[in-house]
Amino acid sequence: MELMTSIPGVADANAPAPQPRELQAHPGRGDRYFNRGASLSGLTVLSVMAAVGLFLGIQAWQALSATGFSFLTTAEWQPDRNKFGIAEVMLGTVLIALVAGIVAFPIAMSTALFITEVAPKWLRSSLVALVDLMAAVPSVVYGLWGLFLLQGQVVGVSRWINTWFGWIPFFAVDGADPNSPLSAATVYTASTLVAGIVVAMMVMPIQCVVMREVFSQVPVGEREGAFALGSTRWGMIRVVSIPFGRGGIIGGTMLGLGRALGETIAVLLIISPVFQINFHVLQQGSNSVSSLIALRYSEASDFSLSALMAAGLVLFAATLVVNFTASWFVARSRSGASSEA
Amino acid sequence: MTAAISQRAANVQQQATTVIARRSSAAAVAPPRRAIGGTSRQDAMALAGAAASSLCTTMLLFGRLTPLSGRLGFVIVWFIIFLGIYAALLSLTEDRPAVVDRVMAALLTSASVLAGVALASVIIFVLWRGRTALVHSNFFTQDLSVTGPSEPLSVGGITHAIAGTLIMTAISLVITVPLGVACAVFLNETRSRATSLVRTVVTAMTALPSILAGLFIFATWVLILGFPRSGLAASIAMSIMMLPIIIRSADVVLRLVPGNLREASAALGAPQWRTVWQIVLPTARSGLTTAVILGVARGVGETAPVLLTAGFTNTMNVNPTKNPMVSLPLAAFKLVSAAEPNLIARGFATAAVLMLLVLILFTAARVLGGRPVGRLTKRQARAATAQSARDRVRIDAMSSSANRVPQEMS
Repeated sequence: MELMTSIPGVADANAPAPQPRELQAHPGRGDRYFNRGASLSGLTVLSVMAAVGLFLGIQAWQALSATGFSFLTTAEWQPDRNKFGIAEVMLGTVLIALVAGIVAFPIAMSTALFITEVAPKWLRSSLVALVDLMAAVPSVVYGLWGLFLLQGQVVGVSRWINTWFGWIPFFAVDGADPNSPLSAATVYTASTLVAGIVVAMMVMPIQCVVMREVFSQVPVGEREGAFALGSTRWGMIRVVSIPFGRGGIIGGTMLGLGRALGETIAVLLIISPVFQINFHVLQQGSNSVSSLIALRYSEASDFSLSALMAAGLVLFAATLVVNFTASWFVARSRSGASSEA
Repeated sequence: MTAAISQRAANVQQQATTVIARRSSAAAVAPPRRAIGGTSRQDAMALAGAAASSLCTTMLLFGRLTPLSGRLGFVIVWFIIFLGIYAALLSLTEDRPAVVDRVMAALLTSASVLAGVALASVIIFVLWRGRTALVHSNFFTQDLSVTGPSEPLSVGGITHAIAGTLIMTAISLVITVPLGVACAVFLNETRSRATSLVRTVVTAMTALPSILAGLFIFATWVLILGFPRSGLAASIAMSIMMLPIIIRSADVVLRLVPGNLREASAALGAPQWRTVWQIVLPTARSGLTTAVILGVARGVGETAPVLLTAGFTNTMNVNPTKNPMVSLPLAAFKLVSAAEPNLIARGFATAAVLMLLVLILFTAARVLGGRPVGRLTKRQARAATAQSARDRVRIDAMSSSANRVPQEMS
């Protein structure tokens, strides 16, 4: 009764219910062009990117079908004699990336924690800029620095590690005599260790950025809760920040590893390429997939190029796996739940 | 019910009146405030003492007591001894958690210092080794076409590499900026089902090792299509590297544009393309500029793709479609690979020029990108005010020509 009296013009209850309005947009000509153009650019990017992957795959097929599974286990590179495989170069790549990861991880994590937890406020933005700048320095510059400055310094440390820890297989060096202080230092140059430290300079900022972002999202309430319970600052970091940021720590580390796998020029400048399985990180001679490609791309035959493509494809696949695992870790962590990594 | 509440209130009041004690006298001194931050004098003393005594111990160890030598080893040993002595000094006065806290803070600080020192040493070392070539003005005005490997540094320079880098970067920008921004718009502004696929593929492509971009262009453009190795081929390879970086940063920036701006524009009847063109993109302008600059900074420093696709030359070449063209990082790489000291000095100087270029780009990106989305500079604000004044004049003119009384606005 109220309804009937107060609202004029409303049809009585017997009238059919009004149809729901059709909420269909009818874009004008401009919008149709806009949508088509935007989709076209998206499609172009998609096809370019897909073309790179597909093309690598198709080109690599010739070499891969010729060798089959032995491509992964052969440690030689003689495509003209049909004896080639990536066991050696892939091992070198992984070793360099591992050394880089081991060197970079503690520095990246400490720097990230320092920026978010310890540093005074006025220092923070400059530190963030410093880390970003480290990421922007071209790799050829790091390569020059590593070859002409760092190598001379690392040789002494390499010799010391070899003298005292040479019994660990990784630190053994063929041809080095720990008892003679005058033995040539050249066996320690151009080693996996030097290349790994230089690559660590490029990996560190990538890891640090991801970790810093995660640590800066630690809920204030949990931080203050830890302090209120009497925790010291380190205690708070240990029980609140690090557990909260675990996904970001793992993800950031792996992102850095992905970068380390693909690094070319700095590695090419430092290592002296060898084609034998070399586990000894202190010893001269190493190799990596990308420097192999850079050294051999101009070889004449189609087939050897196809072999290089196959090596590149394996490298790309490895990088992709590492990167997607990294973003999966970041996304599923508590801290990464809100952001889309 | 009301009675119960007032009862409780009365209780509270009663409790309150009994708990608060009267100040005994006005002369009572307030207790000193506890310092909850900063460094105490004792901390500073412990730090300085540990540093000094560990330095002395290390100097004794190196050369006097043991046959240790080498600068890097010296620093490492010094640092380890420092941590030990620092912990020992602190444990004289503090309990265990406090000692652990201080030592960890020292560790975290020194890691950051290490990172800073490493970066500084890279920059200073490259500038220092390049100084002999950088001081000659001919380094910036000549190329290396007639300069022999052992000729003095007063002859020859790297104009060809500077020109090459500028040309390649310009071509890459022409390719990547429209395509990258359009793709970011596609990811954010359209409701296509393909967006998640495109986003995943773009993310995957940021993982593409740079040498593979070069190898791809070398195999297709040079070997299959038969074009010569040239600046254009190198630009395309650089574009493949830059595109995912630009798209990803631009995607993030466009996502930050407030949705109510889009809604306001749609509510005023603007079609979608006008909303994007006149609202979304101008709002995100500074962020988009940063995205492009970061992409350029990455692209300029890429050596591997250029190595495979551009060829190498010592002569000036401004035609990107034929003949080899060289870029700064490639020139630096090739020059230091030679054994001649003068060429190595030139290589370092080239790397220094490249580094300064990247530094300038980086600073520009930080200056432009420091502003949040939609915040205007003074100049932009003046321009916007002038534009709206012009709009008002135009609207007034339109309404008066339509034979209507112009509405008073103020």
